[in-house]
Amino acid sequence: MDFGGLRAVDRLDLEIHCGEIVALIGPNGAGKTTFFNCITGIYTPTAGDIRIHPPGRETKRINGLKPNRVTELGLARTFQNIRLFHQMTVLENVMIGRHCRLRSGIPGAVFRPPHTVKEERQAVMDSYRILEKIGLERFVNDLAKNLPYGAQRRLEIARALATEPFLLLLDEPAAGMNPHETHELDQLILRLRETENVSILLIEHDMKLVMSLSDRIYVMDYGRKIAEGTPRQIKNDPAVIKAYLGEEYVA
Amino acid sequence: MASLIEIRKSFLVSIWFMFLTFPIMVIRVNTVENVIQWRWNNMIAVGLGSFLLSFVWRYLIRRKEQGVQRQEESTGLRRSIFQRIGEDRRIFLPGLTVAAVAVVVFPFLVSMYQVNIMTTAFMYIMLGLGLNIVVGVAGLLDLGYVAFYAVGAYTYALLNYHFGLSFWICLPIGAGLGAVFGILLGFPVLRLRGDYLAIVTLGFGEIIRLVLENWNEFSFGPSGIANIPRPGLFGVAFSLEAHSRYIYFIVVILAIFTIFMVNRLQNSRIGRAWLALREDEIACQAMGVDKTRTKLTAFALGATWAGLAGVVFAAKTTFINPASFTLWESINILCIVVLGGMGSITGVVLGALVLVLLPEYLRAFAEYRILTFGVVLVLMMVFRPGGIVSNVRRTYQFEGPDSGDK
Ligand SMILES: Nc1ncnc2c1ncn2[C@@H]1O[C@H](COP(=O)(O)OP(=O)(O)O)[C@@H](O)[C@H]1O
Ligand SMILES: [Mg+2]
Repeated sequence: MDFGGLRAVDRLDLEIHCGEIVALIGPNGAGKTTFFNCITGIYTPTAGDIRIHPPGRETKRINGLKPNRVTELGLARTFQNIRLFHQMTVLENVMIGRHCRLRSGIPGAVFRPPHTVKEERQAVMDSYRILEKIGLERFVNDLAKNLPYGAQRRLEIARALATEPFLLLLDEPAAGMNPHETHELDQLILRLRETENVSILLIEHDMKLVMSLSDRIYVMDYGRKIAEGTPRQIKNDPAVIKAYLGEEYVA
Repeated sequence: MASLIEIRKSFLVSIWFMFLTFPIMVIRVNTVENVIQWRWNNMIAVGLGSFLLSFVWRYLIRRKEQGVQRQEESTGLRRSIFQRIGEDRRIFLPGLTVAAVAVVVFPFLVSMYQVNIMTTAFMYIMLGLGLNIVVGVAGLLDLGYVAFYAVGAYTYALLNYHFGLSFWICLPIGAGLGAVFGILLGFPVLRLRGDYLAIVTLGFGEIIRLVLENWNEFSFGPSGIANIPRPGLFGVAFSLEAHSRYIYFIVVILAIFTIFMVNRLQNSRIGRAWLALREDEIACQAMGVDKTRTKLTAFALGATWAGLAGVVFAAKTTFINPASFTLWESINILCIVVLGGMGSITGVVLGALVLVLLPEYLRAFAEYRILTFGVVLVLMMVFRPGGIVSNVRRTYQFEGPDSGDK
């Protein structure tokens, strides 16, 4: 992926299997968020391939699709800097996530035939169930902007879940959280994998969280993959230590 | 002592004003007798006036700031008077009945002139509600809205002139063409936001007006189209007075229809997507909302009401020319939306009534009309920047897992 003369992501082969939790780590500016933006259609990659193989369907190349199409195909993401709909309530935020799974159009809105009413009611119930799962049900009618910080981050996850993804992309979900909130997040992610059947790709700087959660870890620096492996392998990889701590620490 | 400081500040303001206005208010050269008249009385008036105004101004600002603090302390949603009235059935139903009766008997009590003004006010309610979809709900600043109004008006005028089509047939055609033009405008501006969008839509509005002004063979140029028939009713012959009442009722019904439709659209899957799009386009797309489609529906549905109002306008005035569809008209409608309260239907209705009726009844002040109007606008923006009905979007209230919808 190039921005003018800057190559932000260069040669990154990354694979995620069904039901895995994979972490993508690297110093600031390594190109992790850019990589997410390429996958989810916000940028069109200047080179390379992105393929998905949703459970029960055939492989599809998704380069250059619009973000909403990518989401419909089952990839959902959160943002590093929180991007909630602040003037909408918590429930309405999640209902926007349901949007692409609902069908009613203008005639439905105007005439409100029974199936539209039913669909809307179902959407409300589904959204509420998701909030219950994430533990946000007591905020259901609050405006998103009035939520505590940790809850806003979890609301982003809830909103992403509402699109029924098979792969959840989390961009620094623990950023700015206190240790207690981080621990809750750890539990939440594990629970999601169990109950929701999603694979998770996670960008995170909190090493404790990364090491305890991930099945595999990819490390990138200056847009390139410099290492991949299990948490144990990564911990002892000289290239990784060099990238994070500098040359002199590699002893 | 806050008040002492306040008095001192106001005193300084009044000194400053006396100094500033000294040359124009005090000195007057009498060119006939070649003497200078010193009008010291005026100076005293300016001093006292500016002192009082400045004092009141400060007081109001202080009160407003305290109000904001109080509101922030009691977190949660602020509920305005209008919302509370809307929710309390004991006030709401009788209130609605009274309003309905008033609207029905109104044209039989007052002069034809008053009826026409009211008709205009209701037409602006339709226009305001249409623009409200685009600007207030979907957050797309559209300064060319009047173009769709023109499309509706010329649809009726031309179809009637060439093919003799009646008002009732042209009404849906005008609305449909409005929507088509809405989409035509929508396509090129899909990627634009904010100021850029405003400039391009402004240009679009002017293009339509200039085409109408210069394409003589098509639109009869600046001289416009005259003798457009008023709407008929199974061939019944109306007196002029009866006709204004008839149009009044048509417009009232159309306005109520608009309120009903816009309300339903806002509280639907599409309405939710519009709101989300206004808040954050990227997040909205990443959550699976089709940006192109959502924006185009907003443009199309907004323009529909302008097309409808345009047909009514042509039928009401029986004469149209491009001068009725200037940028000023777009700004006027935008004022209705902003002043009324972005995104609020009650707000837009009140805004339309205020903005049409106020200048009309300020005619008594003759040359100070526009000045007074301007002062009212400025005061509104200072003390109620959110509009008459601000911040009261009715959010969906979830009432527990078993109660389902509301
Ligand atoms: N839209 C953009 N235009 C130009 N450069 C960008 C853009 N987005 C990111 N970059 C650059 O790409 C590099 C990678 O950024 P990013 O992906 O945000 O890093 P990370 O998320 O790993 O901290 C940085 O050098 C950044 O300045
Ligand atoms: Mg980043």
